[in-house]
Amino acid sequence: MSTQTPMQTTTYREAVKEAIREAMHMDERVFLMGEDVGHYGGCYAVSKGLLAEFGPERIRDTPLSESGFVGAGIGAALGGMRPIVEVMTVNFSLLALDQILNSAATLLHMSGGQFNVPLVIRMATGAGKQLAAQHAHSLEGWYAHIPGIRIVSPALLEDARGMLWTALQDPDPVLIFENNTLYNMEGTLPEKAGPVDIDHAKIRRPGRDITLITYSASLFKCLDAAEVLAKEGIEAEVIDLRTLRPLDDATYLASIARTHRALIVDEGWRSGSLSAEISARIMEQGFYDLDLPVERICTAEIPMPYARHLEEAALPRVETIIAAVQRMVRHG
Amino acid sequence: MGEFRMPSLGADMETGRLVEWLVLPGESVKRGDIVATVETQKGLFEIESFEDGIMGEPLVPAGTEVSVGTVLALILPERTATVAESGTTVSPAAAVTMASPLPLTATPEVSVTPAQPPAQPQRITASPSARRLAAELAIDLAAIRGTGPHGVIQRGDVEQAAQARDAMPRTTDSAQPATAGSIHPGMRQAIAAAMSRSNREIPHYYLETEIDLSRPLQWLEAENRQRSIRERILPVVLLVKAVAKALRDVPELNGYWLDNQLQIQPDIHIGFAVALREGGLIAPALHGVDQLSLPALMAAIGDLIDRTRTGRLRGSEMTDATISVTNLGDRGARTVFGVIYPPQVALVAFGRIMERPWAEGGMLGVRRCVTATLAADHRATDGHCGSQFLEALNRHLQQPEGL
Repeated sequence: MSTQTPMQTTTYREAVKEAIREAMHMDERVFLMGEDVGHYGGCYAVSKGLLAEFGPERIRDTPLSESGFVGAGIGAALGGMRPIVEVMTVNFSLLALDQILNSAATLLHMSGGQFNVPLVIRMATGAGKQLAAQHAHSLEGWYAHIPGIRIVSPALLEDARGMLWTALQDPDPVLIFENNTLYNMEGTLPEKAGPVDIDHAKIRRPGRDITLITYSASLFKCLDAAEVLAKEGIEAEVIDLRTLRPLDDATYLASIARTHRALIVDEGWRSGSLSAEISARIMEQGFYDLDLPVERICTAEIPMPYARHLEEAALPRVETIIAAVQRMVRHG
Repeated sequence: MGEFRMPSLGADMETGRLVEWLVLPGESVKRGDIVATVETQKGLFEIESFEDGIMGEPLVPAGTEVSVGTVLALILPERTATVAESGTTVSPAAAVTMASPLPLTATPEVSVTPAQPPAQPQRITASPSARRLAAELAIDLAAIRGTGPHGVIQRGDVEQAAQARDAMPRTTDSAQPATAGSIHPGMRQAIAAAMSRSNREIPHYYLETEIDLSRPLQWLEAENRQRSIRERILPVVLLVKAVAKALRDVPELNGYWLDNQLQIQPDIHIGFAVALREGGLIAPALHGVDQLSLPALMAAIGDLIDRTRTGRLRGSEMTDATISVTNLGDRGARTVFGVIYPPQVALVAFGRIMERPWAEGGMLGVRRCVTATLAADHRATDGHCGSQFLEALNRHLQQPEGL
């Protein structure tokens, strides 16, 4: 990013909306479909104003039937369109899991390579807004289990702005997970911000003492923790996975080869999670680089509480990250 | 009745100091068991018994310097020593006496003799990264105290131990055995004597050839991909094995010049030059190299280097090499002209493996090459024979799957 580029202040929400708008302008096959995306403007107001701009043919409100409209999106993709299907939250997406796993992810295989499904599904994920146990889980790790689809999770504004177009170019299904606490996040973007790669993890802060592996909203907790730790002389390297499937092993393994310590911060539940998968890969491929066991900070294995203090206590927090890093680096 | 004597551990050894007895009187010994440690100008060596029997009373106390051939103890036949046999189980005292005069950096395991039931070694808890670093820096994990959780040894502990070792003053107290791995004040003199004799007596001739290693290295890399890091085979293993194979084709280079004649040896024991970190050089023997598979040879070389650097070589390893190989490795010079170790009649040397321009079939290309040099004794062989050897060496290297 050159310093001469004019910058504009924006939000994560606006960045996603701008990405949708740009895609609609650039490719007439692109349309947006989902619950309340039209007249209501999206439950997180991402698509507010788009109905007026593009009309009901391309900004389509659907009935409350995730299985139905995700299936319709698969059909449209098979028919040559480039649908963006919005699912309100990852919890609701379970109703469409049959369509996602048994159709979207497998049709290319079942058709002997004849029918690919160029579908993009966006959904909100994560806790922190007091939405309780049926609206606030982080289940993207489950989806990352499924071969045949790509899972991305933008944290920075540039990724919120740039991942959608790249996802639409993918011949196969891509699921984009947007953490609901990020929509109001403000920041700056170049006016000409555009597509970004969706293949690689990125080092968001370099450091020599420990590797923090994370993604999405937890990235900012890790960066905050790293800032505090730096004042004590502990330099944490923070890695933003960005793409959860396929995982970019090389980036975090190269980091661990330098730091010899790894802490994974994952808002998903611990058992059978994405963090478990990453930990296993480190054992398989980076064992001889480790100076102590890989550790994980995950969400407590409970239904997400409604009460604010309980919800905060259940999630990974900056303080718990700092404490874990201090203990690991100083052998406390 | 057998006599256990101060062995000769090299052409130039005249005396040796008996450092300690590892078997007590009355204990049974088998041929090949390690009975004592002896210090020479080249360091500490473990000396094997050449017979079965019962250890008699020592005739020479520990700490005494005696000339080569001096009888150190008698080894009694089993049947005349029935009374003593009740004492063949190891007394706790054995372990205690053995532990005392050990080198500074040595570990208790050094003194375990095969005559005892092997003690269950305590598992060292060290992080994987610390283990790898310790192997790279030749740090003995058993000698380190871990500062990690539950006393685990971590990288920092290994780094500290390495710093401490490197900062250690190089003084040697003459009243104590040489610190394992540290240069003995006499080693330089021993090397000087052997090399002077070599250059004085042996009319060397030298042959050099450039070997294209692209194919063998590609083959090796493919093989190594199927192995874990610890099982990987280094290029030097191919080189040493190819030398052994080539010696099968040209046996005249494998032997000794003794009594004014060449004595070709049936077994191929390759003296493998190991540089000590503190300076100095030893070339202990790898036994029966032509019979070893590549993984076994890799293990044998690793073991030999470890034991050389911790001062735990066997006496036989110092005396029975039939030819020597020196390999300068990654950081070495391009070409080595070696000095033969008498009474051997040849030394094969490899320089650094490096990319070179290579002309073949009218085309220029870049290949990974090594310069192989043969230094041979002109009394024993001539250039034609040496040339055949280098050609055979190249031929075997180009067929790595047959090594």
